[in-house]
Amino acid sequence: MSQKTEKLIDKKGLRLDGRKPDELRPIKIGVGVLSNADGSAYIEQGKNKILAAVYGPRELHPKHMALPDRTVLRCRYHMAPFSVQERKSPAPSRREIELSKVIREALEPSIFLEYYPRTAIDVFIEVLQADGGTRCASITAASLALADAGIPMRDLVVACAAGKVDDTIVLDLMDEEDKIGTADVPVALMPNLNVITLLQMDGILTPEEFEKAVNLAIEGCKKIYTMQKEALRAKYVAVKEVEE
Amino acid sequence: MINLPTFFERRQLVTPGDLIAEGDYIAGENTYKEDNKIYASRIGLVDYEDKKVNVVALRAFYIPRVGDTVIGTVVEVGFNGWVVDINSPYLALLRASDVLGRPFRPQKDELSQVLDVGDLIVAKIVAYDRTHDPQLTVGEPGLGKITRGEIVKVTPTKIPRVIGRKGSMISMIKQETGCQIILGLNGIVLVTGKSLEDEQLAIMAIRKIEEESHTSGLTDRIVQMLKEEKAKREGMRNESEN
Amino acid sequence: MSTVITRVKQRQIAQLIAKGKRLDGRGLTDYREIKVEQGIIERAEGSARVCLGKTEVMVGTKIEVGEPFSDTPDEGVLTVNAELVPLASPTFEPGPPDENSIELARIVDRGIRESKAIDVGKLCIEPGKKVFVIFVDVYVLNHDGNLIDASALAAIAALLNTKMPKYEVEEDKIKIKPGYTQIPIRRHPVTVTFAKINEKLVVDPWLDEEQVMDARLSVAFDDEGNICAVQKGGSGYFTQKQVLEAVAIGREKANEIRKKLGW
Repeated sequence: MSQKTEKLIDKKGLRLDGRKPDELRPIKIGVGVLSNADGSAYIEQGKNKILAAVYGPRELHPKHMALPDRTVLRCRYHMAPFSVQERKSPAPSRREIELSKVIREALEPSIFLEYYPRTAIDVFIEVLQADGGTRCASITAASLALADAGIPMRDLVVACAAGKVDDTIVLDLMDEEDKIGTADVPVALMPNLNVITLLQMDGILTPEEFEKAVNLAIEGCKKIYTMQKEALRAKYVAVKEVEE
Repeated sequence: MINLPTFFERRQLVTPGDLIAEGDYIAGENTYKEDNKIYASRIGLVDYEDKKVNVVALRAFYIPRVGDTVIGTVVEVGFNGWVVDINSPYLALLRASDVLGRPFRPQKDELSQVLDVGDLIVAKIVAYDRTHDPQLTVGEPGLGKITRGEIVKVTPTKIPRVIGRKGSMISMIKQETGCQIILGLNGIVLVTGKSLEDEQLAIMAIRKIEEESHTSGLTDRIVQMLKEEKAKREGMRNESEN
Repeated sequence: MSTVITRVKQRQIAQLIAKGKRLDGRGLTDYREIKVEQGIIERAEGSARVCLGKTEVMVGTKIEVGEPFSDTPDEGVLTVNAELVPLASPTFEPGPPDENSIELARIVDRGIRESKAIDVGKLCIEPGKKVFVIFVDVYVLNHDGNLIDASALAAIAALLNTKMPKYEVEEDKIKIKPGYTQIPIRRHPVTVTFAKINEKLVVDPWLDEEQVMDARLSVAFDDEGNICAVQKGGSGYFTQKQVLEAVAIGREKANEIRKKLGW
């Protein structure tokens, strides 16, 4: 990373977009937004616009890839060519391949995989517009899509990142903070069991700073979890109110 | 009622991961138990059956059960039978010998003449386990190829609501619309009536039940709706005749 | 990666670990024997082979002259690639890099890049136009568990062994001078990987332990004990407490390894 003299946090302690260090970006979530997929969800977090869809459980072809005692979870994280400043080639990049893997591994612990042997559950994530923290927002949406598809789960998985900019530990990094900051720590959580299903760090932190960042990210996760549940209920409560 | 902590009341909406009860409870449908706590595993409404905690799922898919009557579509003519889509994660198999009522003779029997891709059938599940796809039979009265009628897809967990207590709901719809209705437990419903309009009426009722399945007083509202629709149609018919 | 492991063995491993022991006699926080050889491939600008127990990884480095990235015009370029070649394991198949080799390359890359192990500012020939590009190619030769730590060690060993040409810029032309110079290395990041088995953390999992583990956590440390990369892998999970425990243990182990290798 080259030296940039831009200040990411001003004298009042506010960030480039006016947020305080422990503030989340504005989040909007919708569930069941696509008619063909078995389950779907859409999230906007800051300028991120991400769509997640689930197909399955369904029979797996080729059959030899199926597992005899459990379902196979497949995940594809993909960014649209127009989602970033400089057009991105539609071909899967190494980053997308790695993210597809870590996102899948973040969602797997939440699903009762052994309920549906010899099938596959496919999770498709499309980033329509990217502004930092896409893997976290993707996990939050994908988990809702799985619930919307009626797939039995232990808990929803929620994700949020924390990081370090200008010597301050901050929550929910946006793109510039991600690029110019000194560290980015994405965390995914299953809140009721209080366990971490995704954890990465890119940058440099002392062990104390790392602990602080993980704690802050987990706090962020818990706030977003409330929004996830609300979004899920919102889809069904409106119908419920017909009679009661 | 047992005096142990519960965090949701009957018919309250829960989402996956919600803690419903703690203590000496049994995990019923769409729930799981961990560390003496019962959690929801699907979105649905809470229901207590003595010590058992159930969640009536609002979103679920059909998992085959032996003995279930299902309606499916033939998607492939195989070499000694047919592959049938029964609206489930698993494709079902119907053996040629089951349909022909005798052993299958590959040189003489042309399977696609009996059932072809796209045909609808009413069948029963005779075998299913974790290692094999479900097997179907059409060898009972009332089963076989469907030649007319309209198909409606419903979330499988709502089929019991369409049936109603002691069949009250489904009998009422049949009466009011004059249609024959076959309910596949896999969420596929076949409606056969004297006219397309009658069939559409029945379908409308079924769709309404699906949307409002978790509310009470539904039977009365459906009767009301059917009566109103029929009156509307009468009115339109009278107009066009004048 | 899946070769079937018997239930009997699975239970054995888990039971021993619950008692603080491992099937190969190691303690929970012990590494297998580490052997490092450098300079084995003369055609490469740098090379190293690391044996971590029976896991064997070779890294070769090549240096080329190329264009810098537009947002860092006066810095050299580092590219890490990894190949899980078919001869290394019955589970590796020929073909383009799969998610495992891509993840491996990116974790090794992060450890080197974020710790600023290479002084990339010193790799600039002509700002905005020409810089040295260092290719680090990780070649897994035998997979017996913990490819991440072995590859990360081999990468640093290979970089320490890498020589780049001396040069002069004369009237817009690069003139290669005789002789070589070491590439500017200023840090020696070490990655420590843990496997979680029945809620216990074990360091440097070997193949059988990897097949039995719930999840894996890799943490990279620089010479000052700062964390420069973290990656959770596998379909299980960790508690916050376990993560912090891993960081504490990992920091010590990284120092031990650096000392042992004289870095």
